[in-house]
Parts: sequence; structure tokens; C-alpha cells
Amino acid sequence: MTEPVVEVTDLHVSFGTLEAVRGISFAVHPGECVAIVGESGSGKSVTARTLLGLAGEEARVRAGALRVDGVDTSGFSERQWRSIRGRRIGFVLQDALVSLDSLRPVGKEIAETLRLHRAVPRAAIPGRVLELLEEVGVPEPEQRARQYPHELSGGLRQRALIASAIACHPRLLIADEPTTALDVTVQAQILRLLAERRRGGTALLLISHDLAVVAELADRILVMKDGVVVESGPADQVLREPEHPYTRGLLAAIPTEESKGARLSATTAPEVRRAPPGEVVIEARDLAKSFKGRAAVDGVSFELRAGETLGIVGESGSGKTTTARLVLGLLAPDRGSVEIDGQPWAGLTARRKRELRRHIQVIYQDPLSSFDPRFSVRRILDEALDVGGEPRATRRDRAVELLEQVGLDASVLERRPLRLSGGQRQRVAIARALAPRPRVIVCDEPVSALDVSIQAQVLDLLTDLQAELGVAYLFISHHLGVVHHVSDRVLVMKDGRVVESGDVRQVLTAPAAGYTRELLAAVPRLDTTAPLVRRAS
Amino acid sequence: MIRRILTRIGTSVLVLWGAVTVSFTALHLTPGNVVDVLIGSSIVTPEVRAQIIADYGLDAPLPVQYATYLGRVLRGDLGQSYQLHESVATAIGTQLGPSIQLAGAALLVAVVAATTLALLTARRKRWIRGLSSGLELIGVSIPTFWAAILLLTVFSFQLGWFPAVGDDSGSSLVLPVIAVAIPITTMLTQLMRESLELTLEEPFVLTARSRGMSDLGVRLRHALRHALVPAVTLLGWVIGLMVGSMVAVEQIFSRQGIGQLTLTAVSGKDLPVVMGVVLVTALLYVVVNILIDLLYLVIDPRLRSAA
Amino acid sequence: MKARVGVGAASVTLALITLAALAPALLVDGTPDQADALAALEGPSADHLFGTDANGRDVFTRIVYGAAPSLLAGLGATALAVAVGTALGLLAALGGRALDEIVMRLVEVVLALPTLLLALLVITITGPGTVNVILAIALYTAPSYARLVRAQTMVIRRAGFVEAATSLGLGQGRIILRHVLPNAFAPLLVLATIEVGTALVAAASLSYLGLGPQPPAPEWGAMLSGGRDYFSVAWWIAIFPGVAITLTVLSITVVGRHLQRLVEGRTS
Repeated sequence: MTEPVVEVTDLHVSFGTLEAVRGISFAVHPGECVAIVGESGSGKSVTARTLLGLAGEEARVRAGALRVDGVDTSGFSERQWRSIRGRRIGFVLQDALVSLDSLRPVGKEIAETLRLHRAVPRAAIPGRVLELLEEVGVPEPEQRARQYPHELSGGLRQRALIASAIACHPRLLIADEPTTALDVTVQAQILRLLAERRRGGTALLLISHDLAVVAELADRILVMKDGVVVESGPADQVLREPEHPYTRGLLAAIPTEESKGARLSATTAPEVRRAPPGEVVIEARDLAKSFKGRAAVDGVSFELRAGETLGIVGESGSGKTTTARLVLGLLAPDRGSVEIDGQPWAGLTARRKRELRRHIQVIYQDPLSSFDPRFSVRRILDEALDVGGEPRATRRDRAVELLEQVGLDASVLERRPLRLSGGQRQRVAIARALAPRPRVIVCDEPVSALDVSIQAQVLDLLTDLQAELGVAYLFISHHLGVVHHVSDRVLVMKDGRVVESGDVRQVLTAPAAGYTRELLAAVPRLDTTAPLVRRAS
Repeated sequence: MIRRILTRIGTSVLVLWGAVTVSFTALHLTPGNVVDVLIGSSIVTPEVRAQIIADYGLDAPLPVQYATYLGRVLRGDLGQSYQLHESVATAIGTQLGPSIQLAGAALLVAVVAATTLALLTARRKRWIRGLSSGLELIGVSIPTFWAAILLLTVFSFQLGWFPAVGDDSGSSLVLPVIAVAIPITTMLTQLMRESLELTLEEPFVLTARSRGMSDLGVRLRHALRHALVPAVTLLGWVIGLMVGSMVAVEQIFSRQGIGQLTLTAVSGKDLPVVMGVVLVTALLYVVVNILIDLLYLVIDPRLRSAA
Repeated sequence: MKARVGVGAASVTLALITLAALAPALLVDGTPDQADALAALEGPSADHLFGTDANGRDVFTRIVYGAAPSLLAGLGATALAVAVGTALGLLAALGGRALDEIVMRLVEVVLALPTLLLALLVITITGPGTVNVILAIALYTAPSYARLVRAQTMVIRRAGFVEAATSLGLGQGRIILRHVLPNAFAPLLVLATIEVGTALVAAASLSYLGLGPQPPAPEWGAMLSGGRDYFSVAWWIAIFPGVAITLTVLSITVVGRHLQRLVEGRTS
């Protein structure tokens, strides 16, 4: 076997008293992709940065061995580190919009790597930049090189970011969540590009929270939790026959078509059977809304019945969120109507509108910004109960009851949301939404900002509450697996229009529309026998 | 882009018109006969009185007076100072030179010093930041006129390094420039360091470092430009601040200039001169703001394509 | 830790200055106008801690008695400016588009004029004096408060939690009273605390220029103004009143920024 490009043994990284990485070891060989998977706080990103000597000034790094390209980097000076960054190791972060300098053209950013390491003569730099852009699949490189990150699409600027990382043909490429901010179809393209680099002999260290993304590329997987590798091995083995309970939990927590009807988290379900869908609670007819002449929503119709879940799935800019705001009566449509319980928003007085709002509540992707920063959990719930007509005397008891319903207890009552974890905040948001006893809850990307295991708990909670209370969900998400898992019926949206709709199993397993097929094809799957990257190439 | 500049010019015209109106209102709000107010404490002949009434159209109804005044200002006629026995435009014109010299030098010193300090202290060791923020605290707390008095007392009277009065030599400019530059430097340093520190947390900085760029390189080539945006915003405000501090500084160092002129006018109730200075500085403000808008376009490409 | 020592020291200083303003007789024996022609321009000594001025008055006594008028100018101008600015800002933010345009154009015009110059214009019209100084400073600081209040209110009206309150079914009036205003005011009040220092400096500057309280009032700026001719021979006349101003402003700034951090830590 060839010499590894990176070899790490017994790596420890600590910040003050916090030990972020506690003795991990791994190696990456040329042409191999090793993935480190973990949730937030697992130490995966710190590990990646340590390999570049960029863990931060406060970090204390200790390792049995830390070899890059055969060179021992322990005791490296800043100057020595600089000589290997960008030259022997390339580094790609997520979201090129913020990972590239917004005030400089992307061509300059790529040229910077070449210039710093004197990779080519100064005069040859512009030509080399164009070659690199072409190499990563950017069309019209001459024009693109002069453009700024905000002028490029998400996919193109991520390619430009990769071009700047591989400019000096480093033997190792570290990619830290390289596709996390991207739409699923673009994600697939970027994964293919990374796979190409690997085939060209570059070693790839992939850092991700998403096991499915990892499954597309990785030869070997390390699962990290709290700074320790809990499980590692060949990708197939880790994904199919996980040994460690944490890995098993993570895999079970991923919502997919197979997980439908099953629980995602390790909690037990209450013994309640779901009632069949009841009467229509939301009726949307031919909704249209444009902003500055651009149609955000165009001709969207659907109905939602009591106790059922209607998913709306689409990529960014598809009009999902505008639809939600129209349904909530926060925006007035240019055309069409929304009826809640047979009552249209249009033409209502402010007072009647307020009364109607009670029946349709909402939870957001970022619960924290939906809470008044000065309010404690008690005041947040108190306000919602007040709106729901709960008498003052019984509000406290009801608040505790609501918290219990969402799996929290009375101890959080006096806390401010800022002091709660992400999962707890979303639970409080759900409790608030439930307080006025609504018929419908609009869920706008409610789990997109959460770790997989927390996401699983919240999705399970939503399912349980529906069975218990018969509330209907309008569930908006970009994530096909999540939508498949929770929805009964689904709308697929693109550019403001409904491309396809119907029973979720039907639509998401045997789609009729070309766009839905395209979306589904781009979704990374755990099934490593036919990863998308290999399928496509 | 064109639209943005047109909006700016529209606002500018509005601001200037507003300043003229403020002046006109001031003239009429001042207790006493308008002619007496215009004359201030000087003594004039009945012929001059009649001339003033004719010039300002003071026997006409108020709206006509307003229109007359507006017309005069538009023609660049800022009126007559009866105490200085010359036109306000001439008085301001002759005093503008030394003031611009002082302000320009102070601004240059402040920008260079603030940029250097911010670059050196942003995200550095705790004691460096502590020291510099302590100095900045003193800098923003110390009144400019007292800083000027201190400089004068220590460096002119006690040590005798610099001349205490006058504006004929380069060395006489040193202390006034320092006095005017102190508050601007500290404000700019604080602002730029704060935005530098925010910028240095951005992912693109990590990307740049991962290419092998040095810390200093990242600061100079990437972060500084981002930190300049809020600093530029402050420029318009800085101009106003400087005009204010120059009143005291010119008086303390016995320098000629707009500040000295204004102070004499205020003490002597020479309203035409005060009004003239207000209008001229409003014009200056407007011009500076148009320049700032153009500067934004140079610094931030996102604005270029948005326009 | 070190920051806490600073805040503590600043608080103690502020307490002492407030005491001097409220009850100067508790701190010094004499009166500010007590002159001793034989002891004119004496340097600091055990008898005269900060020396004496050209009329033989004790500088320390005058500084203690000067606390009240100096603080009053800063506090008065800020309070007036905050009140007027808040009213204008709310009018602009909540009163509809036309009002917003009118108020904000007005604000823009006033902000275009250099601060001190505007105060000078006011004083040319009204004549010198403490009340006029307060009015002059309030006039030119009020627009910035108006702008801040308007911007804050607008930002908060678009905040996620306001939309959440709307979709919860709360009425507009209740949302403004309960969510928008309190969140808009917290930063304003903190800023106003710090700005008391700035207003105090502005008032002292005007006094120094001879436009504030007239001699023999023991106001700090006016003391510097009165001692102007003696700076070259009696440094203490130049130093101590200035130290009093700077120390007061410094303490206000330190305490104000501490409050700012507390408020921000709670909200962001």
C-alpha cells in the first residue's frame, strides 16, 4: 500500500478546559475518501482545521503523530504551516457566498492561491485561473473570473471555491460540509466534482453531518461523538452493519421513504391511533403572488383536511415560503383565495382576521427569532393562551400541560429561549402553536436547522401530536426524505408552480413529472451499492 | 447606479433648501426688528438701513421675502456683514484656506492613525486590546477644547517645543492638528477595530488562511476593505464634528479660520455671517455625501450590480 | 475581572460627582465665590488642594460647586433630546408614509448641519445662558434619536417574533405596545446614558466659548474660559476643571457601555 497523505494518531485538541477532540487516529491514502461524520459539537470540524494548523490561537494540540504528505507537522512554525496550506492541503468550506471574499472577483481568489505559492510564473496566473475554472466545470470562465460571488449561482460559486482550493494541485482536499448550503440537485453536481478529483488521485477528507451525503463518496467512515471516534470502518460496513448504538441511532434517525410510519428516535409512542382525515380545513384556490413583477407563486391550489399532513417540497426560490405566508393570511394574494374552515381571508375586518388566526398556527425554521428576546417561556406561552381565550387563572397549569405535551417540564418556564438548546426551542415553539388549540399548524422548514437526532425527536413529536390532537399540518421542506416521512399527500413546487401533486408514496416513488424525477435522482442515498456519483459516472 | 446618484442629488437639493429655510427662519425668529438683527451691534447710517430693506425686500409680505432670500442665496449672494464691512462670501472665502488646511491635515492623520491602530490591535492579545480600548475611552471622553488647552499648556508653555500662537509655519500646525484629530482617530479606531474583528470571524478569512496566506496578508488584502465600509459612512458625520471642534481649536491657538470667524460673529450677534457659515457647511456636507456614495461603489461591488 | 474593577471605579466616581451636585456643602467648607485677593494664583497646596485662580478663589471648591450646573446641562439636554427624538421617531415609523417622509427629511436637514454650528446659530438668536445651551444641544441631538427610534422600530416591526405574534392572532396595537416599543427602547435608553457624556462635553465647550452660564458661575467650562489668560503661568487653572469634565464623561461612558453589554447579552 502507498504511503498515506495524512496520518493522525492519538490527536487531542482542547480549548481551555474543554477537550474538543480526545484521542482520535486515522489515515487517508491517495485517491481515497475518508469521511468524518458527526453532529454539532462532535469535534469533526476542529479535527479538519487542526490538519491545517488553523484550530485557533487558543487551541492546544497534542498528537502521537500528525503527518501530512510524509512531513511531521508537530512543532511547525506559522511559516511552515503556511507553506503547506493551499499547496499540499486544499480546504473547502460550506457556502461559497460567505467563504469567498464578497468584495473581490472570484478569479482573484483563485489567483491568490497560485500567487502565494508561486505555483506558476506571475504572467501565467490569469491563464491558469481560467484553466482551473474550466477544470471544475465553470462555463464561460473568462466572464466568470471577473464576477463577484454574489453574481454567481450557488453551484458555480461553490465550484469556484473548489477551484481556489485545488489551484496548486494539493494531494489532500479537506471538504468541511461542502454541500450543506446547496439545493439537492446542485449538491449532486458538487459531489460528482469531488468524486472526479478523487479519481484523479487526490485524497479526500470529507466532513459532514449527513450520512447520506457521506455514503455517496466515502470509502471509509469515522463516526465522531463528543470528540471521540465511536465507530470506524469501510463505508459499507458502517452504513449497513453498524456496531455502535450511536451509529445505529443516527442511521435510524434519518427520515426516508422506508422510515415512513416508523419512529425515528428511540422514544416510545403513545397508544393512540390516527383518525382518518376529516373535513377540509384549508382550501387554497389558484393562488398567485408576484414581487416586483416576478411571480413567486403562480396558480397554486390544494386542500388540507383535519388530521392529515400535506407536504410542500421544492428547492430554494420555488415559492414554498410565499405559499405559507399566503395561507397564513400574512400576505394578500394577487389572485385566488385561501379559506380557513370555509372562511376566506379576503374581506375580513382586522378583528375577524385575528379570531381566524387562532385556528391556523405556525412554527418556523429558526424558533429563536420568533420569540421576543425579553420574554421567558412562561410569558411566551401565557400570551398564546391569552389569545386562545384561556382564563388567567388556569393559564399556568395549561402552560405546564403544554410543555409536558411537547416533552419539556415546568423547569423551563422561567427561562429565556436564548438559554435553551435548539431542540428545546423548537419544542417551545410547538407548545406555543398548540396553545390556542388550532386546527392547522403550518410548519415552515421546522427541522432544517437541527441535528439529525434532534430532528428525529421533533418529527416523532409532531407525529404523536397529530395522532393525539387531530391537528392538520402544512409541512414545508426542501428535504425530500423528511417530507416523505411525515406527509400523506405532497405538492412538488418549482418556480412558483405546482409541478406534481398527489399521494406521497405515489409522487415520491413513481413520479410522473420530469422535475420530480430529477429531484429524486439527485437525493443522496444510504444505499451504497449504487451511489449517485458512481451511478452517474 | 444612475438612479442611486439621482436620488442622492435630489436629497442634496432638499437638504440645501432646508438649510436656507432654517437660516431664513432663524432670521425671523430672532427677537427684534429684522434690520436690527442683520446689523447686529454695529452702527449704520439711515441710507444703509434703507439699502438693507431693499435688498432683503423687508417691506414685502413674508412669502415674498422668503423668495427674495432664496433667490439671493441661489445667486451665491450670502449677504453683507455690517460689522466686518465686507460681504459674507468674501469673509468666508478668505478664512476658508487655513481651516481647510487644518481639517485636511487632521483628517489625514486620523485616518492613517486609526487604520494602523485598528489593524494592529484587532483580535490581538488581551492586554494590547485592553490598553488600546482604555486609550480610546480617554480619547472619546476628553473634550477637544480641553485637549487643545492641555497641548498648549504642556508643549508650548511648559516645554516650549511649539509656538503657542499663529499660523505662519508648519510647526504651528502640529498641535492644532493633533487636537482636532484626537476624537476622530478614537472614533474611527473603535469602529474599524470592531468591524475588523467581525470580519476576521467570517468564513472567507478562514478560506484565505487555508490557502497559505499570512495573518497580516489576510488583514490587509481581505479584512481591511470590509472594515472600511462602516468607516466611510462615518465620514460625513466627521466633517460636522471637525467644523465644530475647529471653533474652539482656532480660538485657543489664535489661528485664522472659519471657526474664529464664526465665534466672533456669534459673540457680536453678526447673524449674516453665522447664516453664511451654516449654508456653506451644509453645501460641504452635501458634496462629501455624494463623494461617499461614489466611494461605496468603489469599495463594494455588490452595490454596483444592485444599482 | 479587570472590566469589573473599571465599572466599579466609574460608579464610585459618578456617585461622588452626583453627591457634589446635590450637596456640595458636604464636601467643601467655603463657597465658590469666596475670593482672597492676597492668595491669587497660588499653586496646589494643603490649604488650596487645586490651587487658586486669578481672583484668589479656591479651585477645588469651585469644581465641587460646578458639578451641578455641568451635570444639569448634560442631563437636561439629553432628556429633552430623547423625548423629542422619540416622539418624532415613532411618528415617522408608525404614522404612515407621508408623515415618515416629512419627519425624516426634516431630520436629514438638521443632521446635515454641523452640530456645534447649529448650537451657535441658536445661541446667536437666543443669547447665552444655561437654558439656551440646553435647548441648543437638544435641538441638534434630537434628530439622531429620532432616526435611531425610527430605524429600531422598523427593524423590530419586521422581526420574526412580530410576525409570530401576528400569526398568533395578536392585534396591531398590542403588538406595538408589548413587543415593538420595549425592544426598540432598551438600546435607546442605554445609548442615551452614554450620550449624557457627549452632551456634557458639548455644554462645557459652549460655556468655554463664553456662551453658557456667565461669570462668576462655577461651571467647569466657564472656569476654563475665565482662566484662559493665566494658563501660561498657572497650569492648575487649565488642568483641574478639564480633569473634572473628562473624568465625569469617562465614568458615564464606562457605566453606559457596561449597561449596553448587559442589555445586548440579554437580547442577542
